[in-house]
Amino acid sequence: MSAIKRRLRKEKIARACMLTAAIIITGSLFFIIGTIVWKGMPYLSLEMLTQTPQGGFYIGKEGGILNAILGSVYLASLSTLLATVIGVPICIFLNVYVKKGSPLSRFSKLLFDVLFGVPSIVYGAIAFSIMVWLGIRASLLGGVITITLLTIPIVVRTLDELIQTVPNDLRHITASLGATRWEGAKVLLKYVKPGLMTAILLAFGRAIGDVAGVLLTTGFSDNIPIYLDEPTATLPLAIFFQLSSPIPEVQGRAYASALILTIIILLIVICTQYLASKQKKNRI
Amino acid sequence: MQRNIRLLKDRGVKRISGILLGLSFLMILVIVVGLCVKSEPLFEQQSLIEVLLGTVWSPLKGYFGFLPFIIGTISVTLIALIIAVPLCVSASVYLVEYASARVRQVVLPLVNILAAIPPVLYGVWGILFVVPLIGDYLAPVFGVSTTGYSILAGGVVLAVMVFPIMVSIMVEVLKTIPQDLRAVSLSLGATRLETVQHVLLRKAKPGIVAAIVLAISRAFGETIAVLMVCGNIPQLPQSLFDAGYPLPALIANNFGEMMSIPLYDSALMFAALLLLVIILGFNVVSRGILKRMEEINQ
Repeated sequence: MSAIKRRLRKEKIARACMLTAAIIITGSLFFIIGTIVWKGMPYLSLEMLTQTPQGGFYIGKEGGILNAILGSVYLASLSTLLATVIGVPICIFLNVYVKKGSPLSRFSKLLFDVLFGVPSIVYGAIAFSIMVWLGIRASLLGGVITITLLTIPIVVRTLDELIQTVPNDLRHITASLGATRWEGAKVLLKYVKPGLMTAILLAFGRAIGDVAGVLLTTGFSDNIPIYLDEPTATLPLAIFFQLSSPIPEVQGRAYASALILTIIILLIVICTQYLASKQKKNRI
Repeated sequence: MQRNIRLLKDRGVKRISGILLGLSFLMILVIVVGLCVKSEPLFEQQSLIEVLLGTVWSPLKGYFGFLPFIIGTISVTLIALIIAVPLCVSASVYLVEYASARVRQVVLPLVNILAAIPPVLYGVWGILFVVPLIGDYLAPVFGVSTTGYSILAGGVVLAVMVFPIMVSIMVEVLKTIPQDLRAVSLSLGATRLETVQHVLLRKAKPGIVAAIVLAISRAFGETIAVLMVCGNIPQLPQSLFDAGYPLPALIANNFGEMMSIPLYDSALMFAALLLLVIILGFNVVSRGILKRMEEINQ
């Protein structure tokens, strides 16, 4: 066989291998979702969605996980709201009030990159010890604080990347029209609005799916929380607890709960992709 | 007057947002200092080396050896990397160099969805699929009997979890390589594979390393998914099929009861500090590499 033929053959084999790798990686998504749907579907019922755990729920008797679903939604909404209220001004400060490339802005960006990487269990551990120190028991409030800390870096980083894509002309024009920096920032925010929603949804998705942070700080309860100082069930934690039960019925409910969480996450993802495509159209 | 109000607003926003930034600096300081102060009592009886290299974990007797947990974390991470790195490198090369733009447009969002799936769902998948696969099919082939809850299961689940972060960074890195380099190599008669091997991968090497380092830092901190499939026995794992006990799982499992045993809380705080320091280091290194690459290729 001539040399060129051998080289081309090698090329073909390598290409097939790479294609397989790409298929494995993409396929793993469908595989994971497929496994959860397949196992969770038989146990999914309306009762699961609309009832709180009744007596004997954890030994396989009736009830649902409404407490955990609502708990998760409360927790994630509150912390995402807080993270947005704190994160957006930080991002504006870094992009509008501080000079680009100044030591402060470079240092802060590195810092939020690093905070983004801090695992949620570390946030959970710190929040837990602060709570013990202050004498607060595991509650919705504790969870909200922990998850807010976890989501602020997500909001800051995603929004910051978006603002980088805004053409500089926009700033120059607003400034030349005599706008103050704050008014310029408002124009900037309007411009990245769909992207800002993406950032918020990303944070929400992360918040609703996190376990390690709430494991120590939020506790667990069969009731739907009314006040901030009550222990609160969350969906991921409900999955985790039900899964460790030896009773098949309860384990099945864990799979169904996992399916519910999957559906919530997929809905969020679809919204983010839609908004991201809108942001692209928004470009000048 | 109108002008004054506008300027006042501007200054007000500046002050408030500046204060918020300052608070987030303060938060990091509180985290690091708090962890240091809390873990300090542990070192009144044992030295740092004893704690890091000790193999006996027996809180009731006051022995806190972290080696089983450190080895557990490292081995799970290593297994994940051995699985994920070759797959991700070849998939990214395929996506950038061979696949059509349409395929890329379909696949990359799918990979992003993978990133959005919460860890607990990976854990459920691990229990439903990976653990039985290892326990019932893979281990008997090697003549080992195991429940399947092993560091191998943890590694497989982690590998899938780091796919998205690796693929998305590697694709970005490969995209930044100037088109000229490809054209030159191809015009010299190299096949596309040879171009990839000798030009692209060489040029992209720092970026790929950075992606791997970021994936490591993600894997190090992953708690729930690994905890669910790893077995959680504080021992030095001897084979792939042994149970292990990673650091984050240690914190998650024992936090509730730590108050009753002396020094237990400072040991767990030390575990959190250890994780934090390792992850900070990895993050800073990989960000540095990525940034330098961006500057060079611009």
